[in-house]
Amino acid sequence: MNKTANSKAWLFVIPMVVLVAFNALIPLMTVVNYSVQETFGDNVFFWEGMKWFEQVLRSDRFHESFLRQFAFTGMILLIEIPLGILVALSMPRKGPWVSVCLVLMALPLLIPWNVVGAMWNIFALPDTGLLGRMINGLGIHYNFTQGPVAAWATTVVMDVWHWTSLVVLLAYAGLCSIPEAYYQAAKIDGASAWAVFRHIQLPKMKRVLTIAILLRFMDSFMIYTEPFVLTGGGPGNTTTFLSIDLVKIALGQFDLGPAAAMSLIYFLIVLLVCWIFYTLMMRGEAK
Amino acid sequence: MDLTWMAWTWPTAVFFIFIFLCIVGMVIWDSHSPGGAPRRGALGLDTTRGDRLFISLLGSAFIFLTWLGFFGTPLWAPLAISIGYGFAVFKWV
Repeated sequence: MNKTANSKAWLFVIPMVVLVAFNALIPLMTVVNYSVQETFGDNVFFWEGMKWFEQVLRSDRFHESFLRQFAFTGMILLIEIPLGILVALSMPRKGPWVSVCLVLMALPLLIPWNVVGAMWNIFALPDTGLLGRMINGLGIHYNFTQGPVAAWATTVVMDVWHWTSLVVLLAYAGLCSIPEAYYQAAKIDGASAWAVFRHIQLPKMKRVLTIAILLRFMDSFMIYTEPFVLTGGGPGNTTTFLSIDLVKIALGQFDLGPAAAMSLIYFLIVLLVCWIFYTLMMRGEAK
Repeated sequence: MDLTWMAWTWPTAVFFIFIFLCIVGMVIWDSHSPGGAPRRGALGLDTTRGDRLFISLLGSAFIFLTWLGFFGTPLWAPLAISIGYGFAVFKWV
């Protein structure tokens, strides 16, 4: 491989390096530093070694919020990806309705997280909310502030409402990039709708779908604002996901050490999953 | 410049100096044999030297965490495992 040696180019990278150092690298280093110490405020720190890591890794509280987090992420992926593909497939490919559909799909994505949380909170309240009253009117007991199942269902539906559009838009972009000739060839061969989907549309959407899964995994794995505004992690701890738990430890209890240790474990898991997705994606592309 | 308010400790400093030295080492290695030695390793992954360093470090982090979760301190055993794992990654992956 022939590379042009031009060391001066590195000078142009320096501002970016400084910026990243100040907003990402040094804060991350500080977290590593806090994870091995204990403080009671007043900026006095005591060395604790690996105590917090051991404590977090063995605590039931961490295991439970970790499992809840995986369950939540798994659930929304299982719903959002197929649903997104389905909606993208049923969207028109040409004509005046294309822009209408695209704008409608983009709308939920434009709403800030805390507004989505507040909206769904009001919408689902059992006594004054439209959804809450309707479900209770059907004779089903529903109260997301008291029942864990109702709280989970509301949180999942809220996330599906907010983020399926992203999958739809990505899948739609993938579908639009398929040349008409593929469909014509399929028609000549007398392929069924399923065969067209399985052998033309799905393989062509593979790349955008990997990106969609990666984005949705990351976002839902780090979700904080929406469930915090909707349920506050309750009832009890039933919707306390990792980041809500982390904030409770770090800011609620001001346990900086355990919170730092937990953030690092959390960070490493996210990093691992991203690496796996990235590797799979690059491998798919190489093929 | 007074940095005592950041409460840095020697062990964390050693940790970051190690990571920094790894990167510097990679730069020197690359200037001696440029290109990153890309290959398809035992896992069927296309990796360069940088990828292999990343896999070694990330894997080591999980070796340490697993050990801490199951057995706790001291950490000499996971250190040995990590070094062995790192060598294996650089040799075969």
